[in-house]
Amino acid sequence: MKRNYNLEDLDCANCAQKMQDAICKIDGVHSASVSFISQKLTIDADDEKFDDIMKKVVKACKKVEPDCTILM
Amino acid sequence: MTRKQKKTLVRIIVSFVILAGEMIYFRLFSGGEGEGAFNAVQLIAYLIPYFIIGYDILRKAFLGVIHLQFFDECFLMTIATIGAFVTGEYAEGTAVMLFYQVGELFQSCAVSKSRRSISELMDIRPDYANIENEQGELSKVSPEEVHPGDIIAVKPGEKIPLDGTVIGGTSSADTSALTGESLPRDIAPGDDVISGCINLTGIIRVKVTKDFGCSTVSKILELVENSREKKSVSENFISSFSRVYTPAVVFGAIALALIPPFFDSMNFMKWIYRAMTFLVISCPCALVISIPLSFFSGLGGAAKKGVLIKGSNYLEALAKAGVMVFDKTGTLTKGSFEVTKIIPQKGFSEDEILKAAALAESYSDHPIALSLKEAFEKRSGQSVSLKPDDVSERAGFGVYAEIEGRKILAGNLKLMNAENISLPENTESGSTAVHIAIDKVYAGCLTLADTPKDGAAQALKRLREMGVRHTVMLTGDSKAAADSVAGMLGIDEVHAGLLPGDKVDVLEELLTKKQSGETLVFTGDGINDAPVLTRADIGIAMGAMGSDAAIEAADIVLMDDNPKKIADAIAISRKTLFIARQNTFFAIGVKLLVLILGALGAANMWAAVFADVGVAVLAILNAMRARNSG
Repeated sequence: MKRNYNLEDLDCANCAQKMQDAICKIDGVHSASVSFISQKLTIDADDEKFDDIMKKVVKACKKVEPDCTILM
Repeated sequence: MTRKQKKTLVRIIVSFVILAGEMIYFRLFSGGEGEGAFNAVQLIAYLIPYFIIGYDILRKAFLGVIHLQFFDECFLMTIATIGAFVTGEYAEGTAVMLFYQVGELFQSCAVSKSRRSISELMDIRPDYANIENEQGELSKVSPEEVHPGDIIAVKPGEKIPLDGTVIGGTSSADTSALTGESLPRDIAPGDDVISGCINLTGIIRVKVTKDFGCSTVSKILELVENSREKKSVSENFISSFSRVYTPAVVFGAIALALIPPFFDSMNFMKWIYRAMTFLVISCPCALVISIPLSFFSGLGGAAKKGVLIKGSNYLEALAKAGVMVFDKTGTLTKGSFEVTKIIPQKGFSEDEILKAAALAESYSDHPIALSLKEAFEKRSGQSVSLKPDDVSERAGFGVYAEIEGRKILAGNLKLMNAENISLPENTESGSTAVHIAIDKVYAGCLTLADTPKDGAAQALKRLREMGVRHTVMLTGDSKAAADSVAGMLGIDEVHAGLLPGDKVDVLEELLTKKQSGETLVFTGDGINDAPVLTRADIGIAMGAMGSDAAIEAADIVLMDDNPKKIADAIAISRKTLFIARQNTFFAIGVKLLVLILGALGAANMWAAVFADVGVAVLAILNAMRARNSG
């Protein structure tokens, strides 16, 4: 399943890159892209575990950039 | 400016005033004594503006350490400024933090400004639709709630929210947001209208034919939104570069602080200060922002011109276009027949046989019949009003009609032979000639051809000037028709008489023959071309408004069917690539220079801050140039 999320207070391009790397490493994520320019996260992950995966995504993002929130 | 940006601005001003006051005070009243040495009063005094300007950085640095993010920008800035304090440079430590924040603020403003200006380019999303109920009353609803079959009204100045057919009212539509074409298009009942256009002059009533999700505007927005997923080689280079850059610089800083002092009479302070300049430059932000932003604004600029590119990788590949393959009908030619020559026999005039042909064919919807009618109307200025009395179609041959008592035969040579019409010598024998006989006497013939689009020849000339080495045309048409078009346009290679499946084979062969480092571009009108569009390095579909299949299969979509846009797209891609490259060299170059100068002691932290955020701002401004190209 592929979904788009808006990101708030994503201030640094390098953080976006690091968030993307971190999200891609999460189990069950097929592909993910964090765009600093459009302030969006596009994620493609397993259907059945999607909610669990999203929880991990949020946690991973908080680690890299504590101020950035994913609008769900 | 957002609230966060305003707050940062206030903090910058406050801490700047305090810092400047302190610097002047201590310079005047301490007479420079104790410079570089421990001085409790000064330390505390300078820590005040330092915390005002840097508390959020310090907080994030702290969180970064908890999360084991040691290569975090904030963490490194904190270490660098604390390092400055440790080496006794209180004022400089504070000032560096201040300038870093100024740079970050500039950067954030520049990015949000460019983000806005690019999204304005694609400002086609309709906000509402005026739906009409059974009583004819209008109510505003969201476009998603309108279904096929519903009737909507579009007032002047409003965006047409969904695809549909006009059932009432005349107006003109501004399609520039979709096609980049500035000339408005006239619309009248019976015409199809496309969502995203702006209704200009009159109220129109539209019967909706597609759901919002399937309407052109949604398809385009989806395409533009997803375009960021496919990254170019330059973008991938930058992200892998940035992954090694930060750790490399940080380890360089550690080495610089620890190793040289042993050869420099154990002067640790001096080398720690130099190492701190390294940390300030260690964030690869300028690179990480400016290269994708260059591509993003290139894509935005192309969209403004009605060229939708599905990813920056295609934008990049387009710059290297060496072989251009075109479909003929509908791509290079108008796709409709036009009367090119009228050859009357002795005793008949051109007007006479054109009129006879147009009247005889007036019941037919065949493309040839339509073009005969059009030619007659254009030439005489009157419409085909006179109806033939007796008409019978001879399938595969032509038509027989009686008009004002005259017996007219219009069709191919087989018809003439079948009716025992005696033909003169040197009769035109091409398949696209219509022969006319009036009262059993051969009157002459009209030749028809699919003519090249206006501007197709210039478009090809421009492509050649831009370095396209080889042009190829593929067509299912006869060799004679293909050669004539190719001659007019100056096409290098022609493959005629192809079935749809053959086109892929020809393309495969062309792909094996192309030179390394160049790309093969196929341009078609999207109908039946999907396999070829997919197989080519870059597939361009043109005239794609409303055609879902083309939008799916192609890598680049031209919203109208003007071949000139291909050259525009190449120009945009070259400029974008040039800017991206410029930014890469500029940003990496300045950083390396400052790293070297910093290690030698010739660049202080101020230079390092410039190399970090100043370069980022300049690169962002440069990236925005890609928007206005082509």
